[in-house]
Formats: sequence, C-alpha cells, structure tokens
Amino acid sequence: MPETAVKGLKRAWTTAEPLVSVTDLKVWFPVSSGVMQRTTGHVHAVDGVDLEIKAGETVGLVGESGCGKSTLGRAVIRLLEPTGGGVFFKGEDITHIRGEHLRALRRDMAMIFQDPYASLDPRQTVGDIIGEPMDVHHLAKGKQRQERIRELLRVVGMNPRYADRYPHEFSGGQRQRIGIARALAVEPTFIVCDEPISALDVSIQAQIINLLEALQAKFKLTYLFIAHDLSVVKHISNRVAVMYLGKIMEVAPGRQLYKRPRHPYTGSLLSAIPIPDPAIELQRERMILQGDVASPVNPPSGCRFRTRCPRAREHCAEEVPPLESYGDEHKAACFYPLD
Amino acid sequence: MTQPVLEVQDLHTVFATKEGTVKAVDGVSFELNAGETLGVVGESGCGKSVTALSIMRLQRPGRIVSGKVLLKGQDLTRLTEYEMREVRGREIAMIFQDPMTSLNPVYRVGWQVAEPARLHHGWDKKKALQSAVSMLGRVGIPAPESRARDYPHQFSGGMRQRVMIAMGLTTTPEVLIADEPTTALDVTIQAQILDLLRHVNREFGTATILITHNLGVVAGMCKRVVVMYAGRIVEAGPTKDVFAHPTHPYTWSLLRSIPRLDAEQHEPLRPIEGVPPNLVDLPSGCSFHPRCAFKVERCARDVPVLLQVGESQRSACWVTQAGTELKGA
Repeated sequence: MPETAVKGLKRAWTTAEPLVSVTDLKVWFPVSSGVMQRTTGHVHAVDGVDLEIKAGETVGLVGESGCGKSTLGRAVIRLLEPTGGGVFFKGEDITHIRGEHLRALRRDMAMIFQDPYASLDPRQTVGDIIGEPMDVHHLAKGKQRQERIRELLRVVGMNPRYADRYPHEFSGGQRQRIGIARALAVEPTFIVCDEPISALDVSIQAQIINLLEALQAKFKLTYLFIAHDLSVVKHISNRVAVMYLGKIMEVAPGRQLYKRPRHPYTGSLLSAIPIPDPAIELQRERMILQGDVASPVNPPSGCRFRTRCPRAREHCAEEVPPLESYGDEHKAACFYPLD
Repeated sequence: MTQPVLEVQDLHTVFATKEGTVKAVDGVSFELNAGETLGVVGESGCGKSVTALSIMRLQRPGRIVSGKVLLKGQDLTRLTEYEMREVRGREIAMIFQDPMTSLNPVYRVGWQVAEPARLHHGWDKKKALQSAVSMLGRVGIPAPESRARDYPHQFSGGMRQRVMIAMGLTTTPEVLIADEPTTALDVTIQAQILDLLRHVNREFGTATILITHNLGVVAGMCKRVVVMYAGRIVEAGPTKDVFAHPTHPYTWSLLRSIPRLDAEQHEPLRPIEGVPPNLVDLPSGCSFHPRCAFKVERCARDVPVLLQVGESQRSACWVTQAGTELKGA
C-alpha cells in the first residue's frame, strides 16, 4: 500500500485504514430562552455516532428531517466543531484543529449542497465561483487558472465557454454541475454530498447521480452521500447508515439493508417508500409508524426510537441499545431486532 | 357507464409574462369518476398544478382562454365568482403541498376547520365547531377537543396536513384535489397521510385527483393516471398498464430513469438527456422531441394528439400511434 500523507499534515496513513472515522461524535447546539437568553438546554443534533468510511467507498446516510444527518456531514469535514467525541481523517485527529492546519485540511475535502439556487453567489461568474477555492489555496493563477476552470466545466459535462456567464442563466441541474465543479477545484479526496439531487426535477436527478458516479471512478473519490430518499441512497452507496434523532440505528450494505433490515425503524422506513410499480405496491404490507419524531432537545431515554416503535418493551426505555454486529458489515442498535 | 363527477374538456390556461405568453395548460382533457383516485404526474412546470387551480378557478393571474370544466354537467368556467364560491369548499375541496401557508396562523385550528361548514351549511358556531372536532378525530388527530384550541404553529407538518384534510372534508365534497400533499413531508409521515387519503376515499367515497411528481405514490394510490409534459397530457390510462407498458417515450424514459428500492443489481441509471422545455418558447411539434430517443422526422413538425394506443391507453406520440413498441437497451 502506498503511503499518503494528508496535505499539510505530518502523520503517515495507508489506504488500508479508514479514510474517515468518527468515534462517539456529539454535536450539540445551545437553546436559549427568556429575556436574558440564557442557555436552557441543548439540541442533541448528533449524539454519540461511530462511523468509518473507507477510501474509495460511498457511505449513504439516510434519515428524516431533523435527525442530524446534515450536522454529522458538516462535523465530519469540520464545518462545525464537535461538542464531544472525535473525527479522524487519514488517521489524523482533526476534531479541534484550527488555523493553518484546518485550512490545509480543506484542500482534501469538499461539500456539494442541496440547493443549487442558494449555494452559488449570483454576482460571481461561473468561472469565479469555480476559481475561488483555487485562489484561496493558491493553486493556480492567470492562464493556468482559466485553463483549469475550463477543464473542470468539461469534466462536469458543461460547455467551457460558460465560464463567463452568471448562475441565473442556468437550470437547476446545470447549477448543480457548477457546484460539483467547484467542489472538485481543490482536487479533494473526500466529498460530502448533502442532498445533492433533492431539489432537482425527477428527469434530471439521474443525470447528476450518474455524473457523481463517473467522477468517483475517475478521481478515486470517497463520498458521504446524505439524502432522505432511500432508493437513491441505496443505488449510489456501498453501505448505508440509517440515522434517527442523532444516532445511527443501523448500518449495512444497501441490498442487505433492503432485504433484511434488523432495526424496526429501518423496516418501517423501507415500507414507507413507495415503489413505482403498481403490482408491487398493491400487495405490499405496510408498517405505518404512529406519531412524529420526538424532540431532539429532550430525546427519549434508552432507545430514541422507542416512542414510535411497534416492538418497544420496558427495557428499551432503560438502556441505550449498542450497535451490534449481524455479520458482513451489518450492524444494528436494537434489543428486539426484526428477524 | 355513469356520468363522471368531473370532466375537464380541452382546457387552455395562459399566463402573460414579460417574455411572452406561457401556455401553462394547453388543451387538457380528462374525466374523474365517482369514488376513484386519479393520479396526475409530471415534473415542475408541466401544468399539473395550474390544471388543478383552473378547475377551482384560482388560476389568477393566469387566464382560462377556452375549454370547459364540468362538475356533474355544470360548466364551472361560466359561473360568476359568487356562484363559484359556493362550489369551492362545498363541492370541491383542495389541499396543498405546504400546509403551513394554507392555514391562517392567527386563528385557532378548530375555528378554521369549522369555517367551511359555517359558510356553506350555515351552521352556528357551536354546531360547526362540534363537527370540526369530530372531523379532526376522524383524520387521526389525537385529543381533538384540546387540539382544536391550538394554533397552526403548534402542529407538526403531518398534523397540519391532517388539519387541511379535515377542513376539506367537513362539507363532504364530491371531489378532493390534493396537490403534492406529501411532498413537504418525511417518508414515514408521507405514509401516514397517504394511508389517511386511502381511508378517506373508502369511507367518504370522495373522488380524488392526486397531483404528484412521485411515480411511486401514484403506483400505490391511483387506478388511473394522467402523465403531463409541458402543459399537455402525453399519456393516460390504467396505472398498471401505463407502468407495465408505457406508450409515450416520456413515461417510458421517466420510469427507467429512477432508481428503484427493489433493484437487485447496481446498474447505471438511464437519465433523460436535456432539460424540460421553456414554456415561453416550446419546441415545434411534440414538445418532448428534443429529448426523445424514438423521435422521427414528423415529431418536430406536427403536434401529436392524444389517441388510443393498445387496449386501454391513450398516448400523444406519432411513433407509438404508428404501432412501434417502446424498447431500448
């Protein structure tokens, strides 16, 4: 295995180790109230997550809104500083790094955002949007910079002449391509894709998914792919992690997760997703969950899913179920798993 | 066959914009039978919502330039605004994608749910409120009596959508139009609301038009489906036939382009190339032809009309109307 060092970091790392690993990660946000705006509690957005991402793989992260998946994604690439636990990138502890150290790390990771309308500065040309990360990291200047911008536009399937245009001249799908080109500008190894296709029309989504897959093969990228649509996540990911109220409930290879979910939450999530086939839909047994997600400010004791779980028993309120192995990279956190 | 509850005939709705006239709905015809759930699918800008708004005569600033909307034989496009108000809420109810913006934030929920019954049935406050509370209970809101005294912001997204459905049902309308009712909701909540809509359809026999971009939702909810593209219906028929053998290239390629949860193997997706057309400047002939894998010379020239193709479907496509089956690599 060739040894690769994090750009700007000293420690040696081999591709046999996970590229990213997260241990007991916590990200809490203070809640303040009253006239004095005193902190009266915390939103436990991410509350004790363990996750490993190997070089070259795509890990999908699914969950409903407010489950903490975006917060986890942002903490992993240090757009947020964790409240507790650790984040390791290429073996290096990056949990609390700052300044030059953090800036150096930024050359190794990037993010693709959900809303292609809000994530591009309307007053910058496409070329400057893509060129900005290069300027920040002094990667290219002048002619070389222009050439690189044109190349990136070609890579994402756009006409290089578009560099002089402005974002409003493009459709949602094209804007998302611009966002992807910007992410690629620093030649990252790791990209967090936060709901990259949710805002796009159905007929455009497949174009972007295929582009992301092609880029991964071409540049040997590693993805953390965050989405609420489990069919998309299963398609693009090697492994899928299911999150609920700040915790990972189950992790497994996509097909395995679909065929044999162990956690009741995964089971009900799967049965809630409509399949575009009337013959299947009419015969499906539905496991419809009652109620809404509990508050992350005051999460339920024990297993967080127990308030909606059809299989919950007394024990579930007393102890937090650990992630247990079911073989073959399959883990679930449930005392009374599905068989 | 009995007469359909609602019949839309050659409806045209246009919007005047700076860039020119947008034909948002361009000759749409379909019928809705008593007690059925009809799916209307398409992407943003295909005219599905404007069709619904035109039925309710809420299309402004758009203008209905021609066509008829027959509710049990009565043409709604000819009614005065005053008469139309009687129809809205009493005979046709509508629920929207975002239940927060459809509820008034400063009135208690019970009062709002009771409003249609007060206006249309002339019930007094007490009677209307009682019926509202009972309806809130029937759509699955726990402790409806105390919840009726809450304000919309105290409800979650799914609960708000239940409130909207309750409000729509208080006058037991003939027709319910649900415009992307679950798009803003999480999947587990979406499943709850779809289940409620199925239940409403069974219990009240309300004929429902379900507008959505989600083909999975249509597959599970609707016996019949209408597929729209760029303001026109491109395919219509029984859902199971349309999904099994689509007779319009748009439907065909859309179904192939979406990843399926039950896929056994990882295969690359087959996207539809290009982007949906600009409605101000539609392509000549069939609006889908620039993106179509099956196009022939005629497609760029003549606009196809919706005609019978196969046993049960209708398609607006020159290629399939000529007898070609849609197949591909």
